[in-house]
Amino acid sequence: MRRSHFVLVINPIACDGSGVCAEILPERIGLDPWGYPIIEFGAIPDHLLDHAQRAVAGCPRLALTLVKRSS
Amino acid sequence: MTPSSIGVLRSTGGPGSPSQLPPAGVERLLSGMGDLGRPVSLDDHLQRWGALPFWKGASFLDELDRSGLRGHGGAWFPVGTKWRSVRRSGIRSPVVVANGAESEPASGKDRLLVHHLPHLVLDGAAVAAACVGASQILVHVPDGAVPVMSRAIEERRRRSLDPCPIDIVVSADRFLAGQESAVVNAINDRAPAAPSFVTLRPVRERGVGGCPTLVQNVESLAHASLIARFGADWFRRIGTPDSPGTALLTVTGRWSEPRIVEAPLGVGLGECLGLGMDSSTRIQGVLLGGYGGGWITSQEALALPLTEESARSLGSSIGAGVVVLLPSDVCPLLEVSRVVRYLEGQGAGQCGPCVNGLDALATTMEQLAIQPRSIRHGATSIPTLCSLVEGRGACRHPDGVARFVRTASRVFDDHISLHLQRGPCHSTAQPFLPLPAARRRTVR
Repeated sequence: MRRSHFVLVINPIACDGSGVCAEILPERIGLDPWGYPIIEFGAIPDHLLDHAQRAVAGCPRLALTLVKRSS
Repeated sequence: MTPSSIGVLRSTGGPGSPSQLPPAGVERLLSGMGDLGRPVSLDDHLQRWGALPFWKGASFLDELDRSGLRGHGGAWFPVGTKWRSVRRSGIRSPVVVANGAESEPASGKDRLLVHHLPHLVLDGAAVAAACVGASQILVHVPDGAVPVMSRAIEERRRRSLDPCPIDIVVSADRFLAGQESAVVNAINDRAPAAPSFVTLRPVRERGVGGCPTLVQNVESLAHASLIARFGADWFRRIGTPDSPGTALLTVTGRWSEPRIVEAPLGVGLGECLGLGMDSSTRIQGVLLGGYGGGWITSQEALALPLTEESARSLGSSIGAGVVVLLPSDVCPLLEVSRVVRYLEGQGAGQCGPCVNGLDALATTMEQLAIQPRSIRHGATSIPTLCSLVEGRGACRHPDGVARFVRTASRVFDDHISLHLQRGPCHSTAQPFLPLPAARRRTVR
């Protein structure tokens, strides 16, 4: 059975540093000194997937995407 | 770089002899050079190299894979793999872009190829077009190359040499003009020299006019055109298994003027430059690759086997073939800070981490160079700033700047300590690292 996982990907051109994603998913998203998101590397654990989807939906610039990758 | 400032270092003198034999020596691309003042005409080109052999369908792809040819635009990505990844998608035929934008200020090799050996480049583009089934070839070059390229294209059109039409697109005079997605955007009539975020939709799938697009450096295409004639085995007679063939280097600081050298990969860089280890004391540091490349010490450089792997093991890269020997009478930190500020200004201004991070890096390097004792104790360190920009832009521009700065910090470490203890150099030497003439910065 092929396993897959999800990662968060930011489009840095669309992102304007509103920081909404970091508020919704602080477990995986921090902010740099200028307010732009830094996403922790790696798969989003199952228990955070809901929050990750909310972060994606909450981005005012649609800059965040949840991407499926095969393990 | 102006034509008068570029010399070509030739290991043999005289014009290329009319021959259809494969070049036996180190000089391959440059062995076809005629009189330096004029481009090689189609007639002379065909007399020197013979006609481009016909390779059925995509059969040349196997030969290209066997040759191990890697791209000479900066990334050293295997060319065969790249061509294979560009395929017809639905009704959209691929487009081939011969990329001769060469925005690296310290590089002149692509300019040399485009101006003097246009048919080598166009042969390579034709072979690529046949392999990927392209319906169009575009030649992306600076304004000054339009006349010579137009004439070369017209010469070929009259003899119906090529599988599809060839047109010219003028490249912008910006550092990012040659970046892959920026090239596509410029052709699609959007903002020039502005990359796109292509992670989810690469250019090889959707590029010019929404078609699968192959963007290939002109030197890579020139090598491909010779492999199409003489084969992979011939190509591999020079070089190493991982870095086969030759590479054009633009060398600054070795002779009185910058020169272009065709170097066999795998041979020592010192040997290529005709320098022994005793020269190392006169050289403060060596920049390899370009302004997104990496600095190495003079001893490392003179002993370095010219392979991409060796360069990467030192945190650098052969990149676009730029080699700069920094003389001992200039302040390395002042030179580095000038380039970093230039690179900051050349960003597309699209990504927050790059816009902010490169400005912070440039300011820090300027402080180190000019007012080192004003640096606050808690100021953000250079390695931290580099980590803050790496991987966080839509393109690899911030990564290049970070590599340039990180490696400079290593190589010029002693000089940094000197500045912090004693203050700036007060060097009176002229600026050394080449930069385009300053122009008014665009307000963003």
